[in-house]
Amino acid sequence: MNTAKIAAAATAAAAARAGDNSSLAFDVEKVRKDFPILSQEVYGKPLVYLDSGASAQKPRQVIDAMSGAYETYYANVHRGVHYMSQRSTEQYEASRAKIATFLNARSENEIVFTGSATEAINLVAHAYGRTFLKEGDEIILSHMEHHANIVPWQLLRDDIGIVLRVVPVDDDGNLMFEEYEKLLSPKTKLVAMTHISNALGTIVPIADVIRRAHEIGAKVLVDGCQAVPHMSVDVQALDADFYVFAPHKVYGPTGIGVLYGREELLNAMPPWQGGGDMIESVSFEKTTFQKAPLRFEAGTPAIVEAIGLGAAIDYVSALGMENIAAHEEGLLHYATQKLSAVDGLQIIGQAREKAAIVSFVMACAHPHDIGTIVDRAGVAIRTGHHCAEPVMQRYDVAATARASFGLYSTREEVDVLADAIGFVREMFG
Amino acid sequence: MLDDLRELYQEVILDHGKNPRNFRRPDTFSREAVGNNPMCGDALVIYLSLDENQIITDVAFQGKGCAISMASASMMTEVLKGMSADQAEGLFKAFHAMCTGDDDAPEALDGYDEETIERLRMLAGVRQFPMRVKCATLAWHTMDAAVNGNQEISTE
Repeated sequence: MNTAKIAAAATAAAAARAGDNSSLAFDVEKVRKDFPILSQEVYGKPLVYLDSGASAQKPRQVIDAMSGAYETYYANVHRGVHYMSQRSTEQYEASRAKIATFLNARSENEIVFTGSATEAINLVAHAYGRTFLKEGDEIILSHMEHHANIVPWQLLRDDIGIVLRVVPVDDDGNLMFEEYEKLLSPKTKLVAMTHISNALGTIVPIADVIRRAHEIGAKVLVDGCQAVPHMSVDVQALDADFYVFAPHKVYGPTGIGVLYGREELLNAMPPWQGGGDMIESVSFEKTTFQKAPLRFEAGTPAIVEAIGLGAAIDYVSALGMENIAAHEEGLLHYATQKLSAVDGLQIIGQAREKAAIVSFVMACAHPHDIGTIVDRAGVAIRTGHHCAEPVMQRYDVAATARASFGLYSTREEVDVLADAIGFVREMFG
Repeated sequence: MLDDLRELYQEVILDHGKNPRNFRRPDTFSREAVGNNPMCGDALVIYLSLDENQIITDVAFQGKGCAISMASASMMTEVLKGMSADQAEGLFKAFHAMCTGDDDAPEALDGYDEETIERLRMLAGVRQFPMRVKCATLAWHTMDAAVNGNQEISTE
């Protein structure tokens, strides 16, 4: 080894120990080159995209897989005998198999493609809720659910007379587990809970939540929208009954959602939408339905989006979910440290276990004014109630500003955010 | 970066945002309306007193929101007092046009005094920030609803 190489290796090792961007396991600068959108400027400033919790950017591999499908083999799936339909069907189903492996499902029959994660929850509320729940049964939610995991259950409540119970969160944003245990009763038939709070970043001890629910015979639906991009998820180890995620937050396309469900549960549920592709045979007297997952995929599905999602799963799998999680954890600590040091800035959500989401408010400025000002510094953050109004009410704020990090985020970007926040203080302070 | 921001967040606007005028619930009023911007969570109530000739004798508000929405509401309460309901609605239309278009002096402003127009022009800097137009117009939409006897409006 020559001197230059030794020096480089020593620097890399030091960087790895310090947990900075150029760690050996995960080279963020190399990763960033895969995302064409990140190299641009906005308002003459390099784009600093800190809104991955709302939707993540897409790597070249996903974009290419999708345009490649349109350019070379696109056709409808499950229908034709011709070459293109066969290839499209193979790729569409290959994506399903990749997701099954990625989540460690027992079989690809447990993976249903929907129009969005929201639609996946609505599917369960309709097909499972209206079949297996009855008046007086209880569903337990947490206080930090996204509206998508509240409103479908309220619609079900108004329809069939079930009761919703809500587990409180403490001042730091931790789920109050003992309160959850108190709510569990023979009336509890379903627990619908987030794995990671989108507004607070709290990682819920979901395996424990599921274990306690199962002890009393209740089923559990997990909203994994914020978890799947940030950590490795094993539905068998968790023992989840339903697990939902949003592909567009995992560097895949919009227009598609994923529902994992235990095969026997899915096959016990009636269809919720009727149409083509979900039937075995149709006559005007009687129609029989496909088994899961096709039973729940009426109509032409999001074919190319499913193929793009397959490419996204390949992409994050190749990087390694553990490496991604470690990189993001480093960013979380760095950002928390840096932002906590700002006078008059309060971080909302300081749970013991957190994902790379930092929600904050400032004494001197409203979140929307913060958002507008940092935007002009090239920094994209989310401002508002994050579709989680009950959480906002819990912490007595109308809105927060939220920086959420992805696998391509860097410490330098945190620094740019901190500088822009400094300017907010200068202007409003 | 700074120029656009300084144009939006002028000292006058920051001052009205921090210390909104007429921020109260009057003991008596003839109309009230609630305005919500569900995307931001901004919410305010406008209280109007109209005399028998439909002249605005008092206008006040309460609410929560960003600097732009609070400043806009505050400045609106200052310019509306003494106007007829028709004049107030005309001004709303002119202000809306200023915030969403390029016209700094729409014809609709003819007949309003220069000081009033100057105040509205300050807020019209919001047109450089399309996502924030609703913040600037929320109070005005709500006032318009109050004049027309609607009790609740929502801008999206």
